[in-house]
Amino acid sequence: MLRLSPASNLAAAARRSFASSPPPGNEDSHDDFKPQRSSPPADLDGAIKMIAEQVKKHQIMLYMKGTPARPQCGFSAQAVRILHASGVDFDSVNVLDYPMIREGVKKYSEWPTVPQLFVGGEFVGGCDIMTSLFQSGELAQILEESAKKQQKEGESAP
Amino acid sequence: MLGRVPSFLVRSCARAEAPITSSALPVRLQSPSSRTMSNSATCAKRDHSAQLGGPIQSCIERKLQAALVPAHLQVINESHSHNVPKGSETHFKVVAVSSMFEGKALLARHRLINGLLSEELEAGIHALSIVAKTASEWEKAEGAVPPSPACRGGSQK
Repeated sequence: MLRLSPASNLAAAARRSFASSPPPGNEDSHDDFKPQRSSPPADLDGAIKMIAEQVKKHQIMLYMKGTPARPQCGFSAQAVRILHASGVDFDSVNVLDYPMIREGVKKYSEWPTVPQLFVGGEFVGGCDIMTSLFQSGELAQILEESAKKQQKEGESAP
Repeated sequence: MLGRVPSFLVRSCARAEAPITSSALPVRLQSPSSRTMSNSATCAKRDHSAQLGGPIQSCIERKLQAALVPAHLQVINESHSHNVPKGSETHFKVVAVSSMFEGKALLARHRLINGLLSEELEAGIHALSIVAKTASEWEKAEGAVPPSPACRGGSQK
């Protein structure tokens, strides 16, 4: 069974972003107690390593142009619509804001274009493949199997 | 408890969304070659888009023709529908029907075509939409090809 969250206002969805300065009110905090924010990768190897971690950590991961609330590419917009129609939560990265991630994900998946969908750490495909899998019902199966696997791993973890 | 704040990921929660309907439904391209395909199964059919093919389009056609020996091939320059300068060759749709796709999963078929066009993709193609079918799949689909989604401006905000 897919894990579904209640419908939520995307505009209110928290955007977790890179910031080089501490949030207001934390300027006098000791460095050990300040929030540690991840930096975007400085080079291609760093980007590839970050992508490998992201796709393992986040069950459904979409690398796209723009954001789910404001896609900047028709193919990315269609990918988002497919995931929404599939009724799943997913995480995404806007590759237009992070050129190193944009190049890194192409190298990582050996796939030349964006958007790119990863499920359970595995590359599924771009917009055309997602559309075809969605229409045939195979995408729902892939998402369900991945959710079950993740649930089992969660249950067996100490 | 303070910890590492996840960076630049956007979390999108499931929401009720109208099912994908008209924009993803296959539409039949008006292609004379698709209607005559069954008359000459061994002969590769080519269909040129309404505009004359540029050098990249011609190169794509040549490479796919040679490698796939397709029963049907269309290479369509869709750049005019995108936010790129007039005359660009950056966005393409490839429709290929070939026995080379027999026994291959969808991802493998796309990877095959991506591999054949790796130079062009490195050199500046932004989008490559692919329809890769066997002859029986093409027949079953009655030559229908899904339209490409509308442009959203790309990196030009």
